[in-house]
Amino acid sequence: MAVHAPENILHQHSFDIEGGNFTNAGTVSTRIKSILKQIGLPDNVVRKSAIVCYESEINIVSYARKGVINLIVTPKTVEIEAIDEGPGIPNIELAMQQGYSTANQHIREMGFGAGMGLHNIKCFSDKFDISSEVDKGTFLKMIINTP
Amino acid sequence: MKLREVQEILNADIIVGQEKLDMEVKTAFGADLMSDVLAFAKAGSLLLTGLTNTQVIRIANVLDIAAIILVRGKKVPAETLSLAKDLQIPILTTKYILFETAGRLYAKGIVGCLEKVESGSART
Repeated sequence: MAVHAPENILHQHSFDIEGGNFTNAGTVSTRIKSILKQIGLPDNVVRKSAIVCYESEINIVSYARKGVINLIVTPKTVEIEAIDEGPGIPNIELAMQQGYSTANQHIREMGFGAGMGLHNIKCFSDKFDISSEVDKGTFLKMIINTP
Repeated sequence: MKLREVQEILNADIIVGQEKLDMEVKTAFGADLMSDVLAFAKAGSLLLTGLTNTQVIRIANVLDIAAIILVRGKKVPAETLSLAKDLQIPILTTKYILFETAGRLYAKGIVGCLEKVESGSART
């Protein structure tokens, strides 16, 4: 998790996510949204954070064995990390392209897998980092500024 | 227009959110592809869709969608209904197909939450 001086952390929480569990998919985003709203952040900051969190959550549920989402709120930023244990992404540049997807039929039937996820995450984040190791997992970090 | 007028135009049943019929709505987005809803739908818009799984409700919550209009006479699964109640997201159901639903609302003044998608357009 990112290193911040304790006095600069307004809120911090880790959420476990189970791979393949589509019933619970999205619950972490709903909770994070309500936490950020309670803190009193502006609506667009709350919405952007919820969207990047939701896309990350769906990715973990769709592709990974398990994962964790870390939320860190500082006076100037909302930071969301999505870390999973899974197949990883062999070609990140390709995965970032709109329309590229490796989703299976089940994921597509639910309305996902159009190859928009990572692209969306990048669009909605003020700062976005991704790294991945094949057969190990993927690490995403999204920062949303709170003006 | 008020959600109540949307209900009348579409001859729709209100399944969740009876108390929100006086809410004002101006824009809408329609798709069955949730990836595109996430990419393009805007806060405060109506969401017209034929998908009825719980993720539709989660997405509506994440995006601050005003209300969900389920088209083509879809029945609402129990778990979707229960989540919509929990998250207080109105659901209307109409027998009209997506094209008719969109057309009837557009004719009465509801417009798209965006007109078209420009390539590479970043959005918030």
